[in-house]
Amino acid sequence: MATTVHEPPKPAIGEEPRVRLNDSGNGGGNLTPANGNLRTVHRHSPPPSSTGIWVVLASITMTFLAFTSALVVREGGAKDWQHLTLPPILYFNTLLLLASSVALEIGRRQVRAFMTAKALVGKPGIVKAGAENPARWLYAALFLGIFFVAGQFTAWLQLRAQGLYLATNPNSSFFYVLTVMHALHVFGGLGGLARVIHKFNRSTLRKSTLDATSHYWHFMDGLWVYLLWLLWAKL
Amino acid sequence: MHDVAGHAAHAAHEPTSFIAKHVFSLDHKVIGKQYYGMALIAAYVGMFLSWLMRIHLGWTNAAIPGLETLSKTGAPGGVMTPEYYLQIMTMHATIMVFFVLTTAPFAAFGNYFLPIQVGAEDMPFPHFNMMSFWVTFAGFLVLMSSFFVGDGPTLGGWTQYAPLSAVGAVAGPGQGTGVVLWATAIGLFCIGQLLGSLNFITTTLDMRTKGMSMWRLPYTVWAWFITSIMGLTAFAVLMPACILLVLDHLAGTSFFVPSNLVFNGQLQPHSGGSTLLWQHLFWFFGHPEVYIAIVPGMGIVSHILTTSMRKPLLSHRVMVYSLGALAVLSYMVYGHHMFVSGMNPVSSVVFSFPTLVITIPSTIIVLILLGSLYGAKLRINSASLFALGFISMFITGGISGFFLAQPSIDIMLHATYFVVGHFHLVMGVAAMFGIFAGTYFWFPKMYGRMMNETLGKAHFILSFIGAYCIFMPFHYLGLAGNVRRYQAFTDDYLQPLIPLHRFITVAAILTGLAQLIFLYNLIYSRFWGKPAPANPWEATTLEWSTPSSPPPFNNFGGTFPEVHHDPHQYSVEGASADYIMQTSPEKVNGPDEA
Repeated sequence: MATTVHEPPKPAIGEEPRVRLNDSGNGGGNLTPANGNLRTVHRHSPPPSSTGIWVVLASITMTFLAFTSALVVREGGAKDWQHLTLPPILYFNTLLLLASSVALEIGRRQVRAFMTAKALVGKPGIVKAGAENPARWLYAALFLGIFFVAGQFTAWLQLRAQGLYLATNPNSSFFYVLTVMHALHVFGGLGGLARVIHKFNRSTLRKSTLDATSHYWHFMDGLWVYLLWLLWAKL
Repeated sequence: MHDVAGHAAHAAHEPTSFIAKHVFSLDHKVIGKQYYGMALIAAYVGMFLSWLMRIHLGWTNAAIPGLETLSKTGAPGGVMTPEYYLQIMTMHATIMVFFVLTTAPFAAFGNYFLPIQVGAEDMPFPHFNMMSFWVTFAGFLVLMSSFFVGDGPTLGGWTQYAPLSAVGAVAGPGQGTGVVLWATAIGLFCIGQLLGSLNFITTTLDMRTKGMSMWRLPYTVWAWFITSIMGLTAFAVLMPACILLVLDHLAGTSFFVPSNLVFNGQLQPHSGGSTLLWQHLFWFFGHPEVYIAIVPGMGIVSHILTTSMRKPLLSHRVMVYSLGALAVLSYMVYGHHMFVSGMNPVSSVVFSFPTLVITIPSTIIVLILLGSLYGAKLRINSASLFALGFISMFITGGISGFFLAQPSIDIMLHATYFVVGHFHLVMGVAAMFGIFAGTYFWFPKMYGRMMNETLGKAHFILSFIGAYCIFMPFHYLGLAGNVRRYQAFTDDYLQPLIPLHRFITVAAILTGLAQLIFLYNLIYSRFWGKPAPANPWEATTLEWSTPSSPPPFNNFGGTFPEVHHDPHQYSVEGASADYIMQTSPEKVNGPDEA
């Protein structure tokens, strides 16, 4: 590779060590050692994951708005729409997902408190899970989420047993499309939760990661309630 | 979600293996070059396909040597069938719009220069960034594979209007497997660009170095940032549309296929679908896509012209606001693509109004650029010439947009070559000129060598004249009633237009050959070009403050620049030179505009 080496850049006036402070709000507090590695993020900026998660959620919102508009047009413009009765297990699944969200929120608050307390007693950065492991709520959220997906799978099997397939009628088409797309996004959230638990156990979890995962999971929760209403309502 | 700690870890360790360094690289600069390389291949493939189309339009029954090798059924004896003409047209448009005009000015240059221009050492989510390229590349391979699968690629045009695109092989060659591959490729492309947009937005918002306020960002960063926001919303809508289209093919659903549809004497097993639904979903993406292709070019051209003029544009803020207005309005105008779709005429009026309004920010951008040129001591080089060419093409192509914005005129012209001339100039050639301008301007930074200026100027002159020779006659053809998408002109009233088509074909071949000069210049300069000085254009932005060309792995050699000025400090009174770099601590008379 042709590399032209120029004169070294002039040192910036008043340059200070690029060390991230631990006292920033907005979910950006960093409990890993402030060893100067996080140089590109300055005090005025939240960690990118804090911003990035809203970008991701905006994108997912647009995707499901597109599906919604397709459903509204399809339902309103044709006479072949046969409104199907939703499998009752969906309501139970909804409770599972809501419970998962609650568990995650409890877990998030406990983990944050745990991390802050550890930092304050002179052990900044490295979090060691104590005897009272606050991760148990994270595990609860994870398993409730897995049960939700299993429940959705059961709902698909029940519909199949009734002879309702993807192409049976437009309502069943949208039912499968929306629930499968939501389940795929939930899989992403489950992966995020597993990663959070893994990082917490290895004492490398950052608050911003925990918060971003939490935002995503709550969003999946709200999105499911919206989709359930959309599939239930006769527009 | 990749966090900053992971990013920092990446930044601290430069990979040594070939795979990690050059193939599955996390470095935004390598990813930018990968995008550029893919766009370069795609551009020449797309150009070659346009040659095939033009030869067929000029000499319909002529055998093209070797074409039979590509498709025995599509070109028996080397003579293109009508269906194969449409297949090639569809692939030309799809490749050019998605894999050239979107990837080169946005994904390629944006990846390489956005982090450097904001003073960061990389994107915040480098793994997503790497995935962004490879998913996009997979989409390109899937699309190209349709040339070699079944009865070839889809013939439905880059808009893939339903129901033709949704009923399967019964609708013609390529309408089965070809459409499925097309929709899969575009779906993958959407995922890739969504991942890219995520990185661009977060880099701009969160990774700016000390002193780099939003108003100190160069036009390029603003353009990439605004384009990312458009991409985030537009591609998120096209992807579900592609999913529904694939399901209509593979699962027998009826999202886009209406009832009682008969194709080739066969009643289709679908019911109740909406053909207009596809158009709404597609054009909600499709019109912002026009701006996704052109706004980065506007940023690049503004950046290059400011440097070449040695003075700032008339107004930094009005330019940025205008780019933002384009983005907002681009979502409100998409219905103007559907004036002839059978849409309610009231809707046409509703979409016509913002279509005319969007000419205001477009005009403001052009007037700022032209007004800034007044009295400027412009430095003429390949980059600035292509930047000027961009303005010329954008004005020429934009003026015809005024006519097409009105439903009463558009109904007459919509299916003619007038529209082909319009969008090729305003979006195709203009965006290509933006890509060329960016290449000549940033090549010294990307490879540490200068491109040959004589060859660059020859490339510009031939391309500029050639583009006008190709696309201006299209307007005349359209006004003469020459319908587009036809593979031959057998009607009596079209016969006199065939010589003009032959002229366009010759012009297209010669202009295409001129692009080989560019390719030669690119390859030659990459290895044997004159070593580049640190700041060959005497520019002010941060990419020219890196310690070497190309920049080191972490861009600024482990230190971070501090920004003291807005990005356009040229010809400042009392300054030690006629430009002040953003990192310079030198005081200037009067406040920065920002």
